[in-house]
Amino acid sequence: MLPLIGILIVIAGFALRFNPLVVVAVAAIATGIAAGHATVDVIGAFGKAFIDSRSVPVVWLALPVIGLLERTGLKERARTVIGGIRVATTGRLLLAYLALRQITASLGLTSLGGHPQMVRPLIAPMAEAAAETRWGELPDHTRNRVKANAAAVDNIGLFFGEDIFIAIGSILLIRGFLDQNGIHVEPTSLALWAVPTALCAFVIHGTRLLLLDRSLRAEIARGRADSSLTSSARDDRDE
Amino acid sequence: MITLEFVNVLMGLMMAGIAIVNLRDRTYEKRYNNAAFWGLYAVTFLAGSYLPNFVNGLLVIAMVSIVAVGKLGAAPPEQATRAEREVSAAKWGNRLFIPALTIPAVALLGTFTLKGFSVNGVPLVDPKQVTLISLGLATVAALIVGVIMLRPSPGAPMIEARRLMDAVSWAAVLPQMLAALGAMFALAGVGPIVAGILERWIPLDTTFAVVATYTIGMALFTSIMGNAFAAFPVMTAAIGLPLIVHRFGGNVVTMAAVGMLSGFCGTLMTPMAANFNIVPAALLELPDQNAVIKVQIPTALMLLAANTAIMYLFVFR
Repeated sequence: MLPLIGILIVIAGFALRFNPLVVVAVAAIATGIAAGHATVDVIGAFGKAFIDSRSVPVVWLALPVIGLLERTGLKERARTVIGGIRVATTGRLLLAYLALRQITASLGLTSLGGHPQMVRPLIAPMAEAAAETRWGELPDHTRNRVKANAAAVDNIGLFFGEDIFIAIGSILLIRGFLDQNGIHVEPTSLALWAVPTALCAFVIHGTRLLLLDRSLRAEIARGRADSSLTSSARDDRDE
Repeated sequence: MITLEFVNVLMGLMMAGIAIVNLRDRTYEKRYNNAAFWGLYAVTFLAGSYLPNFVNGLLVIAMVSIVAVGKLGAAPPEQATRAEREVSAAKWGNRLFIPALTIPAVALLGTFTLKGFSVNGVPLVDPKQVTLISLGLATVAALIVGVIMLRPSPGAPMIEARRLMDAVSWAAVLPQMLAALGAMFALAGVGPIVAGILERWIPLDTTFAVVATYTIGMALFTSIMGNAFAAFPVMTAAIGLPLIVHRFGGNVVTMAAVGMLSGFCGTLMTPMAANFNIVPAALLELPDQNAVIKVQIPTALMLLAANTAIMYLFVFR
């Protein structure tokens, strides 16, 4: 039971809003010590585990070019493009990205999305612009809600698309695990059984995205009514 | 042969560059803290493969100590004003999308073609790491395209990378730290202990109870571990195979496929899946670090119910 202390530390640390990086590091070392290993060995194992996971943050390599393009007006251009499409709303735009992300991921093209490469420079500014075209300047909390939705669509599209592709990590893991247990399955049949969930994901989240437009409109109307008496001088700090 | 070490060197150089930009920014209050943090991170990329494990462990502990004690500084302001960027956006037009789209284009091209090349029988690229190496190459290609097209001042890409990296701050390292935590959990045998508790406390005598325990257990355990891949072997060995398949005669393919997707529902709901949930909140500069999770929870719960229904309806056919 003692090794479970790591889980407790994580839950308590996150709940008390300590810095997550510190919480996780403490939990990792505490888990090792609770399992009865010597401190020097635990630090070594922790160091090795960290070094072995160095491929996890590889997407950050996109930052120099993305930052350079942002400085040159990439986000502003993305906004202009969407602002010119009259039928584009935040919900419809994100629905289109959801479909695109699911379809491309199901073909194994998972690198066609991602938060640093696609969402921050393109999808989020486009989703904001679609709302701004309709309703003018957005209040900060509405803008943040639109951005959070843009990030969520990328995840949902990826998770419930990629499993339809037969050579993706999760399918390989399932096969490997079942092989170890003496059961041989075809990747194609595993991929086929990912289709019903993928369709459900599209219907469920797609519906929520279309409802998002209404909810945003109501939120903005409410905000306008509240602040119509106080002159809302919004500072021109750019986003 | 090009191996993952190539990507490590690129990451190390970029982190070192970010540390140097911080150090030289005399107006920035926390410049020493940030420079030390990214500098140590650079060392883990450049020298991590050659240093003893214990030293690597100490480097990571030093990084965490900087965050815990000294704190990191917030993102520096943008170099270009909004007006300047609008003028520049109008000037470049849709050509601005070219370097951005170079990343996915080259990454895909590399993934499909690099496997085929070999020199004297040795593959040009480590076949197991083609995707990651292609992504690394793609970012370099995109940067080259961007620099040729836009002709910025020499330091500009690094200064901008530093601005974005300091906006994400410590959250950039969190996914890797969680992966390390997962490895420590595995070392300490956390998975089997949790599965044992589940088996002991939940009555598993009807098919629906078994299916629901498996799907919800996958989501819950994934929420704790932050990763469906860590939860799948444990939950499937504890419930999926012995109960759904062997005792009640369920179809192993349906069980496994829908079980994994139930785990993905858990991924949508947990701060432990930091690279999907916490990092984008930081990257999009949202004040609430759980904002993305909050958007995802209703979809995740409805989808978990759908997965449970799908498995219950079809696994015993």
